[in-house]
Amino acid sequence: MKLTGAQALIKSLEMEGVEVMFGLPGGAILPVYDPIIDSPIRHILVRHEQGAGHMAEGYAHVTGRPGVAMVTSGPAATNVVTPLCDAYMDSIPLVCITGQVPLSAIGSDAFQECDTTGITMSVTKHNWLVTDAQDIPQIIREAFHVATTGRPGPVLVDVPKDVSNSMMDWYWPDSVDMPGYKPTTKGHPKMIREAARLIGESHRPVIYAGGGILKARAAEALRELVELTGIPVVTTLMARGAFPDSHELCLGMPGMHGNYTAVTAMQRADLLIALGSRFDDRVTGKVDAFAPDARIIHADIDPAELGKVRKPDVPIVGDCRLVIEELVRAVQALGGREAQPDRTAWIAQIRDWQRRYPLTYEQSQDGGPLKPQFVLETLRDNTPADTIVAAGVGQHQMWTSQYWRFDHPYTWVNSGGLGTMGFAVPAAIGAKVGKPDRMVWAVDGDGCFQMTAQELVTARSERIPIKVAILNNAYLGMVRQWQEMFYEERYSEVYLSPDLPDYVKWAEAMGCVGFRVETPEDVLPTIEKANEIDDVPVVIDFRTDSGEKVYPMVPAGASNDDIVVDPTQGEGGH
Amino acid sequence: MTVPGISARHHTLSVLVENKAGVLARVAGLFSRRGYNIYSLAVAPTDDERFSRITIVVDVESAPLEQITKQLFKLVNVVKISELDPADSVERELLLCTVRAEAAVRSQVIELVNIFEGRILNVGHEELTVSLDGTPQKIDDFEALLRPYGIVELQRTGRVALPRLERQAPRLRSLKGKAG
Repeated sequence: MKLTGAQALIKSLEMEGVEVMFGLPGGAILPVYDPIIDSPIRHILVRHEQGAGHMAEGYAHVTGRPGVAMVTSGPAATNVVTPLCDAYMDSIPLVCITGQVPLSAIGSDAFQECDTTGITMSVTKHNWLVTDAQDIPQIIREAFHVATTGRPGPVLVDVPKDVSNSMMDWYWPDSVDMPGYKPTTKGHPKMIREAARLIGESHRPVIYAGGGILKARAAEALRELVELTGIPVVTTLMARGAFPDSHELCLGMPGMHGNYTAVTAMQRADLLIALGSRFDDRVTGKVDAFAPDARIIHADIDPAELGKVRKPDVPIVGDCRLVIEELVRAVQALGGREAQPDRTAWIAQIRDWQRRYPLTYEQSQDGGPLKPQFVLETLRDNTPADTIVAAGVGQHQMWTSQYWRFDHPYTWVNSGGLGTMGFAVPAAIGAKVGKPDRMVWAVDGDGCFQMTAQELVTARSERIPIKVAILNNAYLGMVRQWQEMFYEERYSEVYLSPDLPDYVKWAEAMGCVGFRVETPEDVLPTIEKANEIDDVPVVIDFRTDSGEKVYPMVPAGASNDDIVVDPTQGEGGH
Repeated sequence: MTVPGISARHHTLSVLVENKAGVLARVAGLFSRRGYNIYSLAVAPTDDERFSRITIVVDVESAPLEQITKQLFKLVNVVKISELDPADSVERELLLCTVRAEAAVRSQVIELVNIFEGRILNVGHEELTVSLDGTPQKIDDFEALLRPYGIVELQRTGRVALPRLERQAPRLRSLKGKAG
């Protein structure tokens, strides 16, 4: 069967089971847009290519399947660099197809030419420049294989216009032949036995669960391990929902804005069991002072993460789910629950920290400003338990991670590693496309919202009814917080105004329903109104207290021992 | 100024890569974006046309060797990485040098080339272009001895290496073996 390269490309995507793609056409990708008309793949037309990338990420986050974005050459390719880098940092499987100028024009500074594979080399797991239409099925097969196996990540396939237009003989490869790509998935049995032995010796262990748990679909296995050993768990920003917040052994989020107990339990631990986590600087604080007494078991599918920041006592390369399942068996072989040491003193210590230093804020009901935490608690308590929440980056993101109760995996979509402002709205759209039957809320800051809000036009026109809660404090809030705390309240270029733009009118102009909430009394009724609307997107402009800060906080570069708790809780200390 | 020679901070990695467009850029880009230093680099196809071999001498003061090799190994086109210990490998480098050789000192320069078993490739009125292949240490010595005569232009290839075939099996320390 003779096909054009463009037809082969779309057919290859169909063969990979792609049901939806996010994109925006242009000159160099034009040939590939033609066969889309005849394809069962749903194409969602975005308003900016960055939106396409983040939507594909949101889709991948909640479904576990690779997100697909397709854009043209030059400026479109550079516009997807941010989502590619975001996906690279957070290990999100993403397949990005870009158009390219014809092969003969490459290197000639042609119209809308850029060195896409060169530019994206450092933000993709791998990329390909297609030089022959006959290679398209093989390359697409390889691209999906690389994106979804091992440590997942973004890949990019750059397709010159003449390649899409030329003819090829259709085939579908049975397998991939990549001699340099063979991820290790099964943990080394000896290391796993050694890990079980260390667990059985530890009196103050903590499981440090990272995003790898979710990538490996290992939430069930993790729960089994926790219930077998009785070891408390911290869930990093990327792992919120990997272990239920309502479980008595869940300590919540560690790190710079983690809660006191999660941070301090890691500091005082004699054993950290790092599962799919990577000792990120936002978790460790000053590395030299991080968990000084802890031995380290570190399991990750990426061998380069083992020893990158902290040398593990027991390194295990492998898929988190397989490793944890083997670890459960190894712990059982050593006598199971009965053979674990008595850790009542450790658990009692943890309970004492939880009692003394809970997350805290105060919402006055008599005309005082609206607290963002109050908005989040009200939203949390009045949405279904399996609601998907997406966040941008900054104070609102930290409050959401802190105050939401994540009891289900794949309900939290956020930009952890890259910290991409503007992530929430497009990511929520992608999540809603992936899980249309679930309620999807984007919690956004006013600064973030202004970066990508135009995608609400996409949401309205494609009938993707997400809901957006803007915590509008009229500032670039996290930067304001740092300027207040570390720059003597010298506020430089952080004021945004609560009224400009008018978020309600903006929402309405984009075909959404807009509400404004200024008082605590209006929070619940407005959320209830928003929840009843399920045909168009809704935006609520919550006017929140601009002076509110995120606590606890470990100052940048400081030891986690120097955690600053809410001023009403005194000095902290151990 | 002296040329730095082999030192404890330098390690030789022999990296087998797929012979595909852009592979060298991927390797070099990895080094620059992760802040690792390359001391020298040589690349050429192997006897199997599907693969090329890149011999990289890395400066391990910039990062632990283990982290460099692990990150390198994540590149999809990298098939195999071996660390070649200088004691267990055969290393060679090629030097080309145009050196001042006026009549008064010409015989001295020629004698030096002969002692080192180098070759004279080109002869000018007041200059000679010479070549020498040998161990990096020998090249260093030769370069240092030529320098007083006046080096006009000098080019070294960077080190290439293969494991030594002595006694039992070659002690090629495979750091990781994707192509197991």
